[in-house]
Amino acid sequence: MSTAMEQLYQQVILDHAKYPHGRGLPADATAVGVATADHGSCAATSHQVNPTCGDEITLHVDVDTTGAAPVLRGVAWDGQGCSISQASTSVLHDLVVGQDLATVDRLAASFRELMQSQGAGLGDDVAEDALGDATAFTGVSRYAARVKCALLGWVALNDALILSGARTTEDA
Amino acid sequence: MTSTLEPLLHGDTDGTSLSDAELAAVRADFPLLERTLRDDRPLVYLDSGATSQKPEVVLDAEQDFYVRRNAAVHRGAHQLAEEATAAFEDARARVAGLVGASPGELVWTSNATAAVNLVAYAMSNASLGRGGEPARRFALRPGDEIVVTEAEHHANLVPWQELAARTGATLRWIGVHDDGRLRVEDLATVVTDRTRVLAFTHASNVTGAVTPVEAFVARAREVGALTVLDACQSVPHLPVDLPALGVDFAVFSGHKMYGPTGVGALYGRRELLEAMPPVTTGGSMVEVVTMEATTYAPPPQRFEAGTQMVSQAVALGAAAQYLGELGMPAVAAHERHLAGLLLDAVASVPGVRVLGPTQNVDRLATVSFVVDGVHAHDVGQVLDDAGVAVRVGHHCAQPLHRRLGVAASARASAGVYTTDGDVAAFREALAGVRAFFGLTDTTDGRPA
Repeated sequence: MSTAMEQLYQQVILDHAKYPHGRGLPADATAVGVATADHGSCAATSHQVNPTCGDEITLHVDVDTTGAAPVLRGVAWDGQGCSISQASTSVLHDLVVGQDLATVDRLAASFRELMQSQGAGLGDDVAEDALGDATAFTGVSRYAARVKCALLGWVALNDALILSGARTTEDA
Repeated sequence: MTSTLEPLLHGDTDGTSLSDAELAAVRADFPLLERTLRDDRPLVYLDSGATSQKPEVVLDAEQDFYVRRNAAVHRGAHQLAEEATAAFEDARARVAGLVGASPGELVWTSNATAAVNLVAYAMSNASLGRGGEPARRFALRPGDEIVVTEAEHHANLVPWQELAARTGATLRWIGVHDDGRLRVEDLATVVTDRTRVLAFTHASNVTGAVTPVEAFVARAREVGALTVLDACQSVPHLPVDLPALGVDFAVFSGHKMYGPTGVGALYGRRELLEAMPPVTTGGSMVEVVTMEATTYAPPPQRFEAGTQMVSQAVALGAAAQYLGELGMPAVAAHERHLAGLLLDAVASVPGVRVLGPTQNVDRLATVSFVVDGVHAHDVGQVLDDAGVAVRVGHHCAQPLHRRLGVAASARASAGVYTTDGDVAAFREALAGVRAFFGLTDTTDGRPA
């Protein structure tokens, strides 16, 4: 197998694909597209499909709105797809749960930028450190056809946050 | 499914395959096959079902048209216009000839999808009363039924869903067996006196299964339904005689039969095309135009509004000539041999399952498969790393994949230039897939 393949399928990606984190929707997850809001929290679920390959992700967010800055309290997801889309959503879960929404947006923007880097990385140590395991996807950005796989969960996250009402604009 | 390919053959039916020397000569005709991929790997192109590579004669024909003969066709009285028109119509005759049709029965379309839509929208227009009394045979209304199959490419499904929605007709379908073969035995119950259209594929772009067209045509005739054949996968790979098959309409695309993109064809029985109202209207498809009304040209021009894809049509004519000179029986025999090799290759790798018929009978050298525990996208990536190009995903046939219990598959599909060596390289790369993803196989050949 070539070095390019080893860079694409780094061990951390294969591990997340095999043992994904945050997988499994709670019984009380909201229906897709329906938001719920209580005093101090809001929640919503997004369903995203990659039409070229049929990969699917359903992702639920639960946002704590009690404090000055809303915090992403929980992310749960389910889906079927390739190792890249499944691992990327697993890494997303580890990165964003417990973060305030401004941080979530910053991470999402960094990851999107990484996916557009065509293998070059961000060239910004601080931003890359913040992405943690997600930098393992740098090799994916060399393969234009796979970038969509890596972004599927992130698209679902952004959509779910908008649906929930926690954030009103698509600024991620 | 006891029929063989024999009824599909016409002309020379001895099916003598290509010799090694002939195959080497064919490969030399396709410049792209010589290129290498990243890390200097040779290209193993097994995605001809998606699009074929182009022989030099096709590339030359398109260039030659622009270099020496370019002019507007079917208008202008100058010599260049006459030569351009002759080239355009000569190409029509060549493509029609390849499928046993006469030139007047072949309408140029931008692709096969456009050809299906042309028929569907002509029926829509007829349903609105356009085309008058002769077009009433195309009119649909609530209570009428359109029958397709569960194995269709989306291009031969979605236009019929839309036609049903526009006219109030009901869409029904023939299901498939677990091996992907159509449930021919259901024709008698699904196709009824209410059926007005029976649209079906000649060969599945997923399973490679070849449809027993005669059974479909016979049932359609019993109930007076029009037949529409998706011949995209058959015309490049099998001898096809559309009038002999007895279908009313057929569609196929240029780029899958070694021609350029941007051109496809609709075949229609002459009397049907004569009666069918136009769809796209404007220049070039008229007889007399006044401010109040217009009369339309006879087919095929009636369905060819606006400036046509002349250079692509000319190049497709060259592709048809190329196939004709190779001889479709020889092409089919070569690919039948490859189908056997592909099936053997997939069967020899533990943890890999074929979607479709596993016997090399009535099928194309198009083999879709799933690898246990590895998503099709990842399979394709590992094969790509070895220079092996296959299709991954649902191949524009989501209902068929759903029926076969998978979301996606990988597909290896051969062309006339595919070699035994290509299949061997594919097999070797496929054998490494499960190991790459940390899945081991036990020695008895079963997945661990």
